[in-house]
Amino acid sequence: MLSQQLLNGITLGATYALIALGYTMVYGIIQLINFAHGEIYMVGAFVGVLMVSVFQQGLLVSLVAAMLACMIMGVTIERIAYRPLRRSTRLAPLISAIGVSIFLQTLMTKIKGPQPVAFPPVINDALYKLGPVEISKVQIIILIVASLLMAGLHFIVKYVKIGKAMRAASEDYDTAALMGINVNRVISFTFAIGSALAAAGGVLVGIYFNSVSPFMGVLAGLKAFCAAVLGGIGSIPGAMLGGLFLGVAETLGVAGGFDLYKDAIAFTLLIIVLLFRPTGLLGRPIQRKV
Amino acid sequence: MLKVEDVHVYYGAIHAIKGISLEVPQGQIVTLIGANGAGKTSTLNTICGLIKPKSGRITFEGKDITGMATPEIVKMGLTQVPEGRRIFANMPVYENLELGAFLNKNKKEVAEAMENVYTRFPRLRERKNQLAGSLSGGEQQMLAMGRALMSKPRLLLLDEPSMGLSPILVKEIFSIIKELNEQGTTILLVEQNAKMALSIAHRGYVVETGRIVLAGDAKELLESPEVKRAYLGG
Ligand SMILES: Nc1ncnc2c1ncn2[C@@H]1O[C@H](COP(=O)(O)OP(=O)(O)O)[C@@H](O)[C@H]1O
Ligand SMILES: [Mg+2]
Repeated sequence: MLSQQLLNGITLGATYALIALGYTMVYGIIQLINFAHGEIYMVGAFVGVLMVSVFQQGLLVSLVAAMLACMIMGVTIERIAYRPLRRSTRLAPLISAIGVSIFLQTLMTKIKGPQPVAFPPVINDALYKLGPVEISKVQIIILIVASLLMAGLHFIVKYVKIGKAMRAASEDYDTAALMGINVNRVISFTFAIGSALAAAGGVLVGIYFNSVSPFMGVLAGLKAFCAAVLGGIGSIPGAMLGGLFLGVAETLGVAGGFDLYKDAIAFTLLIIVLLFRPTGLLGRPIQRKV
Repeated sequence: MLKVEDVHVYYGAIHAIKGISLEVPQGQIVTLIGANGAGKTSTLNTICGLIKPKSGRITFEGKDITGMATPEIVKMGLTQVPEGRRIFANMPVYENLELGAFLNKNKKEVAEAMENVYTRFPRLRERKNQLAGSLSGGEQQMLAMGRALMSKPRLLLLDEPSMGLSPILVKEIFSIIKELNEQGTTILLVEQNAKMALSIAHRGYVVETGRIVLAGDAKELLESPEVKRAYLGG
């Protein structure tokens, strides 16, 4: 029973982690909470639906298409809505992000209507027994895809040149430029990667809960943001840990009888953790950039 | 080699640089001295393209680099060791050095450059896998300089490299700067330690509240009554 809940929690947590990574990477570089990130996740889910229903594609192609589409969208949003405000007050891009978020929700509502739509069947609902736990095919796919994506991200950030540039820019923007790093390109890359991960999350969640709606990004985005802060905003391993932690806590909370408070669990946890560790679980001590 | 002509810089309404002109001839060490807040860092950052000047012109090896993006300027062979070292504290020493050669795609050349830096600063080799943030102040300064050298600059700007270091380390850093210059790197050195700076430099400029108030041969400046009174304590 407990191990079953743990498994469900980890599955949910893996999707939170995929979204949380985008918040944390963007914040790490430009100290912006990208309030439109939840909507990128939502659009990703819709692109998945479109690929499966209209273009009759399988899971892999749909997933990749959603990721590519959102990559382009994320980079475009940064160019249009955030970059021109780079040298202004910190509040301006934040408000711009809220604007983008509302714009995307409204646009999707105009196109698809406000009602949730079912995700067209793309994988069967086979159940496998692993000792005391049952795991569905969707869960297996979520766990595999999320692990692969996070391993890929880790590899890029740790070993690939653009990943190193990303770490440098998130430590010190101007000094990174002095190394010859084109910081604008690094920022675009960060938005591309973060948006692709969110899109993957959107498609996977759409399949898992068999529901996609223009407003699905609101709560998921908020929770993933909590996960990022919980783990320590700016920290990539922190976002992964925070996502898993939140998913497990939420699932166990519901199983433990707090189902009416399901959506409050994330925020309560956030408050508790921040009281004891203001920089989050894996966050660095606060250091002001000059 | 570098020519700055009548550059004005504003931070919002603050007029920080009020028409600075200076020249750095190839092969020399030129120093820019002045008190805290005089505008030394702003001048260097403007040369590197980190700040855009309101007016004025900056040319490097005859090419106009005013308002050019920093990476483009670095590519041309001009780089800066920033004030306060600004090493990447959460990365190991060797990654800091690798980043210094970011624009060089030739792995073999990068490895050679890194070997040169380790030979010049043996303590960096001993600590190459350590996080840069765990180094001492002197080691961090060496790392910042080594990192800049990784791009093989022809002109190196140094912003207060002696800041916060013990007298022995200051001597060591200055002798390295001299050595670098003798090996062919042109240097623009910003310092508050006027005596040390003027003693290794060929030329000097004195900045006060965003203006050059004195310029000349370093030896002459060292002897001039104004400099003695204001910067050498007597
Ligand atoms: N980012 C900034 N915003 C506003 N004013 C600044 C900024 N940086 C420097 N200044 C101001 O510009 C002047 C010159 O500063 P700076 O170039 O750092 O001097 P120095 O390096 O000689 O100590 C100072 O009055 C300082 O307060
Ligand atoms: Mg300064």
